[in-house]
Amino acid sequence: MRNLGRALRRPAAAIGFAMVSVWVACALFAPWLAPYDPLKSQVPLQFPFDRAPDGGHFWLGTDLLGRDILSRLIHGARTVVFWAGLAASSAYIVGITGGLCAGFYRGITDRVLSFLANVVLSFPVLVLYILIIVTLGASGLNIVLAVTFASAPAIFRIVRALSIDIASRDFVSAAITQGENAVRIMLVDILPNATGPLVVDACLRLGYIAITIGTLGFLGLGLPPPTPDWGGMVNEGRGMAMVFPHLVVFPCIAISSLMLGLSLLADGLREASRSGSRA
Amino acid sequence: MARFLLARLGEVFGVMLSVSFLIYLVLEHNAADVAVKVIGQYSTEAQRALWLSENGYDAPFVQRYFAWLWRFVRGEWGSSTHYREFVAVLLPQYLSRTAILAGTAFGIIVPLAFTFGIAAGVREGSIADRVISFIAVGTTSIPEFASAVFLSAIFVFWLGILPGASMMTSGFEWPQLVLPVMVIVLYDFGYVARMVRAAMAEVMAQPYIRTALMKGASPARIVFRHALRNALVAPITVIMLQIPWLISGVLVTEVFFAYKGFGTLLYQACLNSDVALIEACAMTSVFVIVTTQLISDLLYTTLNPRIRFGIRKGEA
Repeated sequence: MRNLGRALRRPAAAIGFAMVSVWVACALFAPWLAPYDPLKSQVPLQFPFDRAPDGGHFWLGTDLLGRDILSRLIHGARTVVFWAGLAASSAYIVGITGGLCAGFYRGITDRVLSFLANVVLSFPVLVLYILIIVTLGASGLNIVLAVTFASAPAIFRIVRALSIDIASRDFVSAAITQGENAVRIMLVDILPNATGPLVVDACLRLGYIAITIGTLGFLGLGLPPPTPDWGGMVNEGRGMAMVFPHLVVFPCIAISSLMLGLSLLADGLREASRSGSRA
Repeated sequence: MARFLLARLGEVFGVMLSVSFLIYLVLEHNAADVAVKVIGQYSTEAQRALWLSENGYDAPFVQRYFAWLWRFVRGEWGSSTHYREFVAVLLPQYLSRTAILAGTAFGIIVPLAFTFGIAAGVREGSIADRVISFIAVGTTSIPEFASAVFLSAIFVFWLGILPGASMMTSGFEWPQLVLPVMVIVLYDFGYVARMVRAAMAEVMAQPYIRTALMKGASPARIVFRHALRNALVAPITVIMLQIPWLISGVLVTEVFFAYKGFGTLLYQACLNSDVALIEACAMTSVFVIVTTQLISDLLYTTLNPRIRFGIRKGEA
């Protein structure tokens, strides 16, 4: 939190934070912010600013099925924030648990877990996602599963390296000598000291997971169709993009701005924690 | 060195073996399913049973796996049900097209990233540094499918000077390669530039650079003779490790522009449950990654005299 405050004094990080906040707000208040129902068919293929039948405007136009694009973008924020958040939390729980165990117990536990992580990390990420989704079928929960499987090893490596370092400190030896329970040492003594780098990583990873969900949607392997999903919107509009570019350009702007916000924020946090530890 | 190499090769071998098992497990654990995928949905029960017994699917799973592995190692990769062609014929054609695409992109990314990275890292916090860092963060934040949309909107829809698809139906055409290469460069160069910048900034803060400066060495001499050689070690290994990323990026780009390369092949194989083709593609991509990781390790150890082989072992 102190790092967040320090980071926000930099303009780039503040802009990033604002961009992320806008999308999170859209996700939270989607039903009140969206001018129309994102699933309701009205007039198909309207251009931006065209008049709606009820006297309002389709600010960003409508898609092939006559659904308001602005409303779908706002509801799409809800989809991406919810699923990316869930997938990231699940990947972090697995990665942190594994990393703490490997870093604390070392020996055979570490060897086995590290080898498993190496195996998963030797796949190109996207190939792994496609293989998993094609085998299990496209659904929200399967995306969470695929993301967990593919990202947990990278998180595991970070946590493992951090906990090996922290576990060698005196206060951990003291806790062991006191006879404290291993789980307690890992959660109370080691994990809190590893949060700094993890928060920065989480910001970036959340963005990459959002991109992944978008990319899967673009490849037609994302959330099932009526769901307002940015990647899916690009996929649906692609065939007509040469005549109606607004079908694909706006969802792309949405996902790029979310990722840019998260990257700027992560950068700011990293700089802030660096200058903080120097002082 | 020999011992390190041997240990590393052993590890690589273990990883490849586990990966092959995983792939086989996922794709072929259910023999009845495989029969449907290979001979089609409208085959009769009897036809499937016949196919299964003819192709040795009656054997227990582990035995089947080793038989498959043995065939795979000898290059008998079976035939694709979707493309109606031998996988061993298909794969080299598509791989070579991807090599052209990725090679061109890489040939642009590396010099570009190094120029910008060095310019930014020479003086940390300068205007040039801030601008370049911001551009690098910005371009890496745009997913490939989004930059493909933006670039197509500009160059195909608005200006109308480039083709929007890269199917290369009438032979190889350079103009069709421009947009896919741009998309990959845009996404990847920022990351490499940031790595170069970080390494350069770290070296420029070292005392020996200050010594060189006080000795009266010219800025060009300091950058090119003193700093650069030490700053290059980390980025070179990072670039090798970029290749898995490049593969993922290339896949999306190829699908977007309908470029008939390895990515499209893998994507089509997955969509059409083309078991033999998926297996060969997945194994190829893992092989490429594992090899580049190995090369990256070797480069790191040979380029950096401070790394001794014993230290790695103690640390592991």
